[in-house]
Amino acid sequence: MTDANTLMVEKYRNSFLKEVEANVEEGDWVRMCMQCGVCAGSCPLGPHWAHPPQEIFMMIRAGKREEVLTSDSMWMCTSCYNCIVRCPRELPITHIMHGLANYAHRLGIAPKMNPTRRFAKIFWDNIASSGRVNELTLSIKLYFMDGIASGIKKGLEMMGVGLGLVKTGRLNPLGLISHSGVKDTKGLHAMLKKAKEIEDKRKGLA
Amino acid sequence: MTDVVATNETILVVGGGISGMTAAIEAAECGKNVVLIEKSPALGGRVSQLYKYFPKLCIPTCGLEINVRRLRFNKRIRVLTMAQVSAITGDTGNYTATIKITPRYVNENCTACGACADAVSAEVDNAFNYNMNKTKAVFLPFNMAYPRRYVIDPSIVGTPEGEAAKAACKYDAVDLSMKEETLELKVGAIIWATGWQPYDAAKIQPYGYDRFANVITSVEFERMMDKAGPTGGKILRPSDNKEAKNIAFIQCAGSRDRNHLTHCSRICCMASLKQSTYVGEQYGDDEAAKASIYYIDIRAIDRFEDFYKKVQEDPKVSFIKSKVANITENQENRNPILHGVNTEGYHRYDNEHDLVVLAIGMQPSADITQVTSGVHTDASGFIQVHADNGGIFGAGCASNALDVNRAVQNATAAALRAIQVVNRVSGAEA
Ligand SMILES: Cc1cc2nc3c(=O)[nH]c(=O)nc-3n(C[C@H](O)[C@H](O)[C@H](O)COP(=O)(O)OP(=O)(O)OC[C@H]3O[C@@H](n4cnc5c(N)ncnc54)[C@H](O)[C@@H]3O)c2cc1C
Repeated sequence: MTDANTLMVEKYRNSFLKEVEANVEEGDWVRMCMQCGVCAGSCPLGPHWAHPPQEIFMMIRAGKREEVLTSDSMWMCTSCYNCIVRCPRELPITHIMHGLANYAHRLGIAPKMNPTRRFAKIFWDNIASSGRVNELTLSIKLYFMDGIASGIKKGLEMMGVGLGLVKTGRLNPLGLISHSGVKDTKGLHAMLKKAKEIEDKRKGLA
Repeated sequence: MTDVVATNETILVVGGGISGMTAAIEAAECGKNVVLIEKSPALGGRVSQLYKYFPKLCIPTCGLEINVRRLRFNKRIRVLTMAQVSAITGDTGNYTATIKITPRYVNENCTACGACADAVSAEVDNAFNYNMNKTKAVFLPFNMAYPRRYVIDPSIVGTPEGEAAKAACKYDAVDLSMKEETLELKVGAIIWATGWQPYDAAKIQPYGYDRFANVITSVEFERMMDKAGPTGGKILRPSDNKEAKNIAFIQCAGSRDRNHLTHCSRICCMASLKQSTYVGEQYGDDEAAKASIYYIDIRAIDRFEDFYKKVQEDPKVSFIKSKVANITENQENRNPILHGVNTEGYHRYDNEHDLVVLAIGMQPSADITQVTSGVHTDASGFIQVHADNGGIFGAGCASNALDVNRAVQNATAAALRAIQVVNRVSGAEA
């Protein structure tokens, strides 16, 4: 268990719902779910999740902390917004899913090898370093995240697409050596650091 | 010209459904003069369109007939059909109501012999059957209609068909020169009993009411069971007119939903439980006949729980705890396929049925705030009990989604309130 996680377990002993309400983005909506099942039935990736949103909400209320936070279900959300549009109680389900994923990640107990989590992390590191996404380094990192052999294989598979992008000016091969980020990268880093500090303090993660 | 005697000791009842009829009768039987106005050509409202009543499963026309008898023989009630209120001004004990009367083209001489209808061939949508079939352009609204008088649709007035209807009448009852009339009535109190209308099912996009022939509403299903209805009392699929046996009911279709009606329509659970018994009634022991009720939670209010228990014991009826997410259509047989997740165990399903009945929500049918100001309505448009309303009282489904029993109780209460107002006017009460 990570320190942050232990801290939270102590703080919210026996009330996972309260913990979610306090720390998860839009988490205070969870109690409004009436278990109708429309979100679960409307999810295009539904059959691939261990627990559809409706079930996740019930698990939160039943105090199944470990099972919820270590599950990869909410990482499956593609933000199609079908559930939000259809929810009879207008719960911001998509946001809650991302909020839960983010919270589990911050506590350090999200499933390590979940591809969405890994992609999100690579993406974040990429954009946070210069303030702009470098699509070339981002795709290379992504291809090679499972090792050199599979990276080369994926790269070859995608070569046609890549060359097409270069030809139409949508991808700059020079991005490998020079990438223009925002003007004041230092300022950006300071800003992000401060934001994290504030958030950690608010959520008691510091 | 229609002449109506009304004073500020008269009670105006707007809407001639079971609630409006009840309020009018109760007030008149207490010695008050009442003008009852009804938008459609006959009294009875939605109750006349029901096949059977829960909880006793008796025939609605029976209860209606008793009320029609009480009403017909009461000289204190004046009934105006095809009439609507366009404005109300004034105050408690002293209102002026502007009333528009649409021409019926048939006068009091009518004996309902039907010769006029036999003489025409033109057809119009049958509103009584929710436009599921056509009726002659000269018609009796339904078998039990009161007033028992034919109606001529304006579309044939000024055509040879209209003239043929006139020529066929031996009683000089057809009058094609009738014009719209406007009356101004002085009244002391007003009972607003305009009832409910089904929520527009096409707005529930994922259920495809407007795309899939075999997705219908509960009110349409009710008409199918009637021998005099559009299918002659058979449950037939609109796509191919084949008997539907494996029938799904979807609860909260438009109710309890912030995208549609926020309120619980309260009656739909009982309506579907009732309609699930129609399946057994129609097909007897036929094993293929099944009713599946998809629900969030069954709200069989108060004593209706017994009815729910009974239906639960019926082997033909099954309950699936799930609000259906969406419906698609099997292209080959046009069966609707219901998709969702069952809350009991979170199992995903894709269930094919012959026919889907949407237990459609109930919403107020007429917006009182369009004709007068100052009347309090709730977020759904139902009239609330409020001192600011003065001498205007909601009754029946204009005040809430109610079953007939509660609508009648509510209407009787409204009659009592209105009686107090006109008593104050006449000085009979302080
Ligand atoms: C599918 C379904 C099945 C049901 N089955 C049952 C059942 O088995 N048992 C039961 O107890 N209840 C049942 N109900 C409920 C029942 O229909 C209502 O309780 C009943 O209709 C209420 O009567 P009402 O007079 O208040 O309204 P309505 O029946 O709606 O009557 C209102 C009348 O006012 C008229 N009107 C409307 N606007 C105007 C206007 N502007 N001016 C003049 N007149 C106007 C209308 O034409 C109508 O005649 C069912 C409901 C549904 C949806």
